[in-house]
Amino acid sequence: MVVHGVDRSEGPQAVDRVFAALADATRRDIVRRLLTQQEASVSVLAERYAMSFAAVAKHVAVLERARLVTKTRRGREQVVRAELGTLRSAADLLAEFEALWRSRIDRMEGLLAEEARTAPAAPPTRRDAP
Amino acid sequence: MTVLSTTPDPESLTFTIVAEFAAPPAAVWRLWADPRRLERWWGPPTWPATFAEHDLAVGGRSHYWMTGPEGREAHGWWHVTAVDEPRSLEFEDGFAHPDGTRDDAMPVTRTRVDLEATDEGCRMTGVSRFANAEQMQQLVEMGMAEGMRLAMDQMDDLLVAV
Repeated sequence: MVVHGVDRSEGPQAVDRVFAALADATRRDIVRRLLTQQEASVSVLAERYAMSFAAVAKHVAVLERARLVTKTRRGREQVVRAELGTLRSAADLLAEFEALWRSRIDRMEGLLAEEARTAPAAPPTRRDAP
Repeated sequence: MTVLSTTPDPESLTFTIVAEFAAPPAAVWRLWADPRRLERWWGPPTWPATFAEHDLAVGGRSHYWMTGPEGREAHGWWHVTAVDEPRSLEFEDGFAHPDGTRDDAMPVTRTRVDLEATDEGCRMTGVSRFANAEQMQQLVEMGMAEGMRLAMDQMDDLLVAV
């Protein structure tokens, strides 16, 4: 399976930056808007939120550092676009699902082994010790 | 190797996983039906799950939350739509508000689980289905910041292997 998106060669810091950037509702909203309208200038984005231009610019900067968006200057405007390479595709979500389910099955297997050890043939009783 | 196969299918918006356990279907069923057992495997160690409500009967519902490292809670709900103990179950799984009511703005996944007795024990097939691509995209956006972060450690291991 091809997994693209967050560049893992940069280590956990890059991943953490993405998560930290998306942990904020305003920043998620900015990303969502950029997904539907391709691009927007910082000033157009700023009009949509009940906060100062500077505050919105700061949010955009956080997203930029996480490489979720790119910012380019066009004349007097700063144009922001979503970085689709970082925003993960449906295939990436499925990769996460796969990891989640593989880990769940590992834990199920561990529990079953524990129950087989602690209560052979009898109705299983739970014991927390490994 | 417990996991026999995984089949992510972006076109049909499904994810299928087949695993084999050295235990009979009844024992695997208990892992799903008993909330005390379920909460020991549903959430990763860093985001353990607590099931305050869990009823594996048709029409039954669950309310659970996963508690993150900084005490953050991600709430979820299940709605059980089909049960054939110990052979199969189907449920919808979505995000919840802290009081357990459904957050309808958030995506819902539908999962079917089949358990089949084998010579060694039991084969489990799980199929998760997303409603549409838009919901998947939403899960990508929200999931990364909310619940899905938990899968990252395991995912890193997987990616190293790719």
